[in-house]
Amino acid sequence: MNVKILILCLLPMTAMAQGFAGLGRDAQGFAVPQPDPQFSFPADHGAHPDYRIEWWYLTANMTGPDGTPYGLQWTLFRSAMAPETRDGWDDPQLWMGHAAVTTPDAHFVTERLARGGIGQAGVIADPFTAWIDDWQMTGIDDARLTASGPNFAYDVDLTATGPLVRQGDNGYSVKSAAGQASYYYSQPFYELTGTLTLPTGDVPITGTAWLDREWSSQPLADTQTGWDWFSLSFDTGDKLMGFQLRQTDGEDFTYATWITADGTPTPFQDGALRAIPLDNTEVAGRSVPTTWRVTLPDRGVDVTVTAINPLAWMDTSVPYWEGPVTVSGSHTGQGYLEMTGYE
Amino acid sequence: MIRATLQALTSHWWRNPLQLFTLLAGLALATALWSGVQAINAEASASYDAAAATLGEGQFDQLTARDGGTIPQSTYVALRRAGWLVSPVIEGRLNGVRIVGLDPLTAPGGLGPVTVSDGVEIDTFLSGSGQVFGRAEVLNRLPDIDAERITAPDVAPGTVLTDIGLAQTLLETDGLTRMIVATEQPLGRPALQDIAPNLVRQVAQDGSDIGRLTDSFHLNLTAFGLLSFAVGIFIVNGAIGLAFEQRRPVVRTLRALGVPLRTLMALMAAELALMALVAGTIGVALGYVIASVLLPDVAATLQGLYGQTVAGTLQLRPVWWLSGLGIALGGTALAATAAFWRLAQMPLLAGGSRRALSMAAGRGARVQGGLAAVLLVLAAVLAFTADGLITGFALLGALLIGAALALPLILDRVLALAQSLSSGVRTQWFWADTRQQLPGLSLALAALLLAMAANVGVSTMVSSFRLTFVGFLDQRLASELYVTAEDAAQAQALTTYAAPRTDAILPIQSAMATVRDLPTEVFGARIGPTYTDNWTFLSAGPDPWQQVSDGTGILINEQLARRTGLAMNDMVPVGDSSFAVAGIYGDYGNPIGQAILSETVFAALYPDVIALRFGLRLPPDEVSDFRAALTRNVGIPDGAMINQAGIKQFSLDVFNRTFTVTTALNVLTLAVAGFAILMSLLTLAALRVPQLAPAWAMGMTRRSLGAIELIRAVMLAVFTAAVALPLGLALAWALLAVVNVAAFGWKLPMFLFPADYLRLGVFALGAAGLAALWPAWRLARTPPAALLQVFSNER
Repeated sequence: MNVKILILCLLPMTAMAQGFAGLGRDAQGFAVPQPDPQFSFPADHGAHPDYRIEWWYLTANMTGPDGTPYGLQWTLFRSAMAPETRDGWDDPQLWMGHAAVTTPDAHFVTERLARGGIGQAGVIADPFTAWIDDWQMTGIDDARLTASGPNFAYDVDLTATGPLVRQGDNGYSVKSAAGQASYYYSQPFYELTGTLTLPTGDVPITGTAWLDREWSSQPLADTQTGWDWFSLSFDTGDKLMGFQLRQTDGEDFTYATWITADGTPTPFQDGALRAIPLDNTEVAGRSVPTTWRVTLPDRGVDVTVTAINPLAWMDTSVPYWEGPVTVSGSHTGQGYLEMTGYE
Repeated sequence: MIRATLQALTSHWWRNPLQLFTLLAGLALATALWSGVQAINAEASASYDAAAATLGEGQFDQLTARDGGTIPQSTYVALRRAGWLVSPVIEGRLNGVRIVGLDPLTAPGGLGPVTVSDGVEIDTFLSGSGQVFGRAEVLNRLPDIDAERITAPDVAPGTVLTDIGLAQTLLETDGLTRMIVATEQPLGRPALQDIAPNLVRQVAQDGSDIGRLTDSFHLNLTAFGLLSFAVGIFIVNGAIGLAFEQRRPVVRTLRALGVPLRTLMALMAAELALMALVAGTIGVALGYVIASVLLPDVAATLQGLYGQTVAGTLQLRPVWWLSGLGIALGGTALAATAAFWRLAQMPLLAGGSRRALSMAAGRGARVQGGLAAVLLVLAAVLAFTADGLITGFALLGALLIGAALALPLILDRVLALAQSLSSGVRTQWFWADTRQQLPGLSLALAALLLAMAANVGVSTMVSSFRLTFVGFLDQRLASELYVTAEDAAQAQALTTYAAPRTDAILPIQSAMATVRDLPTEVFGARIGPTYTDNWTFLSAGPDPWQQVSDGTGILINEQLARRTGLAMNDMVPVGDSSFAVAGIYGDYGNPIGQAILSETVFAALYPDVIALRFGLRLPPDEVSDFRAALTRNVGIPDGAMINQAGIKQFSLDVFNRTFTVTTALNVLTLAVAGFAILMSLLTLAALRVPQLAPAWAMGMTRRSLGAIELIRAVMLAVFTAAVALPLGLALAWALLAVVNVAAFGWKLPMFLFPADYLRLGVFALGAAGLAALWPAWRLARTPPAALLQVFSNER
C-alpha cells in the first residue's frame, strides 16, 4: 500500500529506473524482493536500507466511552536515495511520518519529515523502536504508540493477541502482472487501549489495531495509477486484506489475503477479489469513492464498506484518503480503507 | 484629413523645437528622478525580502545558544524528539561569502531554495556533492568545491544557501548556529528549559522590524522622488499649457476649415501620449543611470546603518518600466487636463489671437487663495493631531501643496507692497511689470519653492539625524576598546589580565525579557564614571544611575517607553522583581525595547548569562599596544577587538555616504527647478515683446531692459527662497517629529544648520540667475525692428 504516495512524495522514486541490473539488484544498486523470502525476526522488524522504500503502517478502529467510533493512523515511511546508510546529514535515508485521528465528523492529520543519520528518525529492530521526532512505536508484541499534532495527540498501548501474518506468497507480495513485488507481513491482531487528545478534551478509547510492514524497491508498474486498499476485521474473528491497483487500461490488478481468527493466511490471486465503488464523496476538490461493494466469492464475502467519515482526507505533501470504515452485508465488522491516486 | 491636420499640428513643434525639448526634457527628468528613486527603493526592498524569505529572519522565533556559541547537533535531535518542531540552521563565512545551511525537510514552508514538493530537485540538494544557491557574483567567490552552483537571484546578497550537511563540511564544524521554531507546534511539548537549558528563544520580530528601520531611509528617498516628480510635472504643465496657447490660431483655422473639435482633441491627445511615452522611456533609462550611480552608496548606507545587505548592482525590473511609463503618461494627462478643458471651451472662431498672459484673474486668485488657506490650516491642525503614518503624510501633502498654491499670492502681495513703497516711474514700472509677469512664472517659482523646501527639509533631517547619532555613539561607545571573548574561560582570562592594566572593565551582557508584551533586551551595567559622565537622558530623575545602582531603579529606552506607555517612576516588572523607571534615554535605530539594570541585579535575575563582550577604558594612545598584548597574552584574535575610534569612523563614513545620496538628489532637484525657470522665462520672453516695446520706445535701452529681466528673476528667487526656508523647516519638523515617531517609535531632535541654508540659497539664486541669463541676453539683443514691429502689429 501507499506505493503511489511514496513514489510521488519521497522523490528518489521519480527518477527510478525499473530495470534489473544483476541478480536481485536494480540499476541503482537497490536490492529487489525475490520469491520465497526467509524472514528473520526480530531483525526484519528493523529497517532494510538497501531497499528503496519501506513502511511501518498502523491503523486502528476504536470506540470511546459513549460508543463513538474513532480511527487512528500512525505511519513511518522510509525512502532511500541510495542503498546504504551513513552517520550524519549525508545519510541517504529519508523518513516521513503521517499521523491522523478520525472521528465521525472531524479528521486530524499531521506530517513529519526527517533525515536519517542524525538520530531524528529511524527504526531499531531489537528492542523494537520506530520513531520520527517525538512520535514513536516501541515494542512489537507489547507496544506503545505515540504521536502529536497541532490539534491532536494520542498515546496508546497495543497487545498482540495473534501471530504475525505473511501476506502474498509467504511474504512475497506481487503487485502487478509484470512481476513488481514487495515483502509484506502484518500484525492484524492488536488489542488497543489508550487516550486520544482532541480539541474537545481527552477521550479514553479501546479497540483493535493492524500493523503492516512492507519493503520493496520497485513497487508499481508504469500503467498503475492508484490503489484502493482494504483491511477488514469481521465480527467472526476472520480478517481480510485486499487491494486493487487501478490500471490505465481500465483493468484492475487485485489481490487478497483471507486470515482466519487463528492467523492462518490464504492468498487469493488477481481477479478473486472485486471492489466496486457504490458512492462517491466530493473531498478536497475531487471525487473519491467512500462506499464500496467488496466481494470475495470463494469465502462468501459480499459486503458494503462505508467510510465512517467520508472526509478523511490526508492533506499531506502528497494527499490521499485514509479512514476507518464499517462493514455490512454477508459479514459485519470494521476496518480501514486507503485510496490513492484520485486526482 | 487626419493626416493634414496632424501635419498642421506637428508643424508647431518644427517651428518651436525648444518647446518640444522643454516638454520632453521636463517629463523625462521628472520620470527619471521618480523611477531612479523607486528603483533604489525596490532593489533594497527586494534584497530584504530575499534575506527574510531565505533565512526566516523576522517571521519565525529562533533558538540560539545562551552564550552566543554553537549549538551541538544533539540538542537539535533532543528537541525534535521532545516534540519541538525546530529546523537547524548553520551560518558561517567562507572566502567572505556567508554560507547558510538549511534542512529542507524540517524548514518551515517557503524557506530554503528547494521544498519537498519541488520534486526531483531535493534529491540532488540532499545527496551526492550537493548544490549551492546564490547570486552569480557570490557563487563566483566561492572556493573550488564539488557542489553544483545554481544561480538564484532571490537569494540574499552575499549569501549562498545549501544543505546543512554540505554547509557543515564547508565550514568544518559539526554544530549548529541557530534553530528556526515553526509557528505551529504539536500538543504536549515540554518546556524549552527542560530539554535545552542552554538555549534562549528569540521572539519573531513581527516580520517587519527590519523593514521599519530601513523604511526610515526609504522614506527620505521616496519623499525626494515624489517632490522631484512634482517639480517635473510643474514644468510639463507649463510646457503643455504654452503649446496649447500658441496653437490657438492653428486650432481656430483648422476648425474653421471643418475639422471637428473631437478629432482635433483626439489627435492632440495622441500626440501628447506619444511624447509621454518617448519622454517616459528616456526618463526610465535616465533613472536607471541615476539609480546605478547612487545604489552603491545607498547599499553601503543601509549596510552600515542597519546591517542590511543590499546588492550593489541593479537589476532591471520590468515593473520600473511599467511604473515609469505609467507615471509619465499619468503626469502628462494631469498636466494637460486644464489645457484640454480650455480648448474644449473655446468658441469656434474666438481665440485667434494669442491670449496675453493675463493679470491674475481676481476670482481665480480668490479660489486659489482659499484653497491654500484651507490646506495650510489643515496642515496646522494635523501638526498637533497627527499620530500615524497616513496622517503624517497628509500633513506633508497639505503643507507642500498649500504652500505652492499660496506662493503666487504671497509674492503678489509682496510686489504690490514694494510697488506702493517705491517712487519714480522706472521703479514703479519695474514692480508693476513684475506683478504682471508673475502668473506666467508662478509655476516655475512653485517648482523652485518645492525644490528648495525639500532640500532644506531633507538636509535638516539627515543632518539632525547625524548629529544625534554621533552624540549617541559618543555615549554608547565611550570605551576605547571593545573585546569579544570566545567562551567563559577566555572571558575570565581577559578580565584577569586586563584588570590591573586598564582604568575600567565594563561587561556588556544582556538577556531577552518581555515587558508589557514588548520584547526587551535587558542589560546589566557595571556603573561607573563611564556611564554617569557620558549618558544623557530624554527625561530622568535627579540621579538615575544611583537609583539603578541601588537596585531600585531601571533605565529604559524611548522605544519601550513610547510603545508600552511607561513613564518616569512607573514600575517595570523584570523576571520576579519590579523596578521604578529612573530615566528614559534615546536609542536611535533600535527596533526593540531596551532596559538597563545594575550588574548585581542583572546577575541575580539571570544567573546563567555570562558576559563575553567587554568595553575597556584605557588611555587612547595605549589602545594599539594593549590590543596586541591581549592577542599575545590572552589569545584573543585581533578580529574580536574593535577600536572605538574605528566604529565611530565607520559610522561617520556611513553618514557621509548618506550625504552623497542626499546631495546628489538635491543638485538634481535644483537643476530641474532651474530648468523650469529657464523655460518659463524663454516662453515669456517672446510673449512680452509687446509689453517691453513701449518701455523701449520711451527711452530704455535694450541693455537695461535685459538687466532688469535678470534682476527680476533673481529677486523673485530671493522672495521664493524666503518662503521656502520656513516651509522646509516645517517639512523637516513634520518628518522628524511626526512621521518618524509614527514610523519608528522615536523622535529625533531637530537641529538648525544656517550655513547649509545659506549655501542652498546661493545655489538657488545661482540657478535662477543662470536660468534668466540667456533670456535676458536675448532680450538685450532683440533687433529694434522686432520691437518696432509691435507697434505696426497693433494695428
